[in-house]
Amino acid sequence: MSAYAEALAWLLDPANWGGAGGIGARLAEHLGYTLLSLLVAAVIALPAGLAIGHTGRGKTVVVPFTGALRALPTLGLVTLLALGLGIGLLGPLIALVILAIPPVLAGAYAGVESVDPETRDTARAMGLSSWQVLWRVEVPLALPLVVGGLRSACLQLIATWTVAAFLPLGGLGRFLYDALPVRDYAQLLGGSILVILLALLADGVLALAQRALTPAGVRAGRAPHVRTARRPVASTAS
Amino acid sequence: MRPRHALLAAGIIATGALALTACSSGDPFEEPSTSPDATSVVVGSAAFPEAEILAYLYAAALEENGIDASVTPSIGARDAYIAALQDGSIDLVPEYTGNLLQYFDAEATAQSSEDVYAALGDAVPEGYEVLDQAEAQDADSYNVTRAFSEQYGVTSLADLAGVPVAINVGANPEFAERPYGIPGLKDVYGVDATLVPINDGGGPNTLQALLSGQVQLADIYSTTPSIAENDLVTLEDPEHMILAQNVVPLISSAKATDDVARVLNTVQAALTTEDLIAMNARSSGDEKASSEQIAKDWLAEKKLFG
Repeated sequence: MSAYAEALAWLLDPANWGGAGGIGARLAEHLGYTLLSLLVAAVIALPAGLAIGHTGRGKTVVVPFTGALRALPTLGLVTLLALGLGIGLLGPLIALVILAIPPVLAGAYAGVESVDPETRDTARAMGLSSWQVLWRVEVPLALPLVVGGLRSACLQLIATWTVAAFLPLGGLGRFLYDALPVRDYAQLLGGSILVILLALLADGVLALAQRALTPAGVRAGRAPHVRTARRPVASTAS
Repeated sequence: MRPRHALLAAGIIATGALALTACSSGDPFEEPSTSPDATSVVVGSAAFPEAEILAYLYAAALEENGIDASVTPSIGARDAYIAALQDGSIDLVPEYTGNLLQYFDAEATAQSSEDVYAALGDAVPEGYEVLDQAEAQDADSYNVTRAFSEQYGVTSLADLAGVPVAINVGANPEFAERPYGIPGLKDVYGVDATLVPINDGGGPNTLQALLSGQVQLADIYSTTPSIAENDLVTLEDPEHMILAQNVVPLISSAKATDDVARVLNTVQAALTTEDLIAMNARSSGDEKASSEQIAKDWLAEKKLFG
């Protein structure tokens, strides 16, 4: 039997799904870890990203710094943090939040930054305060890119939380770390397939969210279409 | 936009499916084979410092006796370097008797050094052989802190059953299934222990978990300098539950000429567990000496070849 057929058999065997160490429980743990780290990263990076995009200040410091943090190898970071913080969830959580912050931050500030200055100026001219410009104009227009940042972070988190099972944690990484030394390649491959499926599924859900959150006005006419449609009209009018 | 996305997705899936079918026909662990040079010996090693040091040790000893030798260090886990041995890209690899026996014969029951070595001789496949085993051992060992040992009067695995607190064992994940892991503690010593899987092979995270009290027992390889450095107590194993792991060279029979065997067996006869601890300390301690340098220094110190 080929390795892939064995992995499929492992995935389809109901005996592997139940219990504390079963596929169901591991999937739930993995999703839980991912959501927790995504939430923490969003709480930190979204306000920072929106502020940077809105004010245009801090970008030269914050963006390269978080980008550099991203270059830290996650496994090394998990090991190091576990040495200081013990073998609980906190060390890996910090390491994974550090991994997730840059894409969320980039999505937020790039989203706000991408808002057409004319639109922003128009809002100001209509008498909106700086706060109102942010919440009523910039944030709605930035939402597709903001969710895009979260999407990218989510994908990386699902993939990378597997390495944290190097410590006594749950999640889908358990299947990989537990299977390799005993050469249980059916479980190793089955676990990998689960990670891929979960990543694709989560990405699909966020892609739908991204579409749903795109303001109707933005969706109806994306910027290039608006311009090409409007210019000839404007020129004949003038 | 949408149709293009769909097309792209279909493309990705098709490529993935192609890659899958391409993989399933071959062995993913296969190494490209090289044509072996009849007069030289290529020494491979597993991907950890001690194995690397031993590989350089064998190569340097062979060189000192006029036999051409080179080293291919850090090939990976046993699967990878055994495959390299089988396809001829390496000829010789330092091994440990117990683990190698388990690899070739999963049903083997031998535990002591002598029994394991005898069984290993029969288990090694045609075309390969093991030379003499060294006295040096790098086996799993159960360690407790000095404070724990004194508080509960524990110096042996047999004492653990009387300890009134829950026993958590920090060890690699495979300890859940190994006969000398959690099942062995239960069957041989009557100890109900819980595994806390830490995948660093008794490294810093396992040590830290032991010192901070998150685990009471830690599986640390017996040649690890941290055992002495942290004044840990290695528990005795009166029932010989833990598999013997003497250092042994595994070699392609075609390369095991009398000369090669004589040189390697001379090294084997001189190698002790204390030597391994000292060499590991140089590798992992502040000195961070290279495996090659450590091997050369040991040979120079022992003056095995007059």
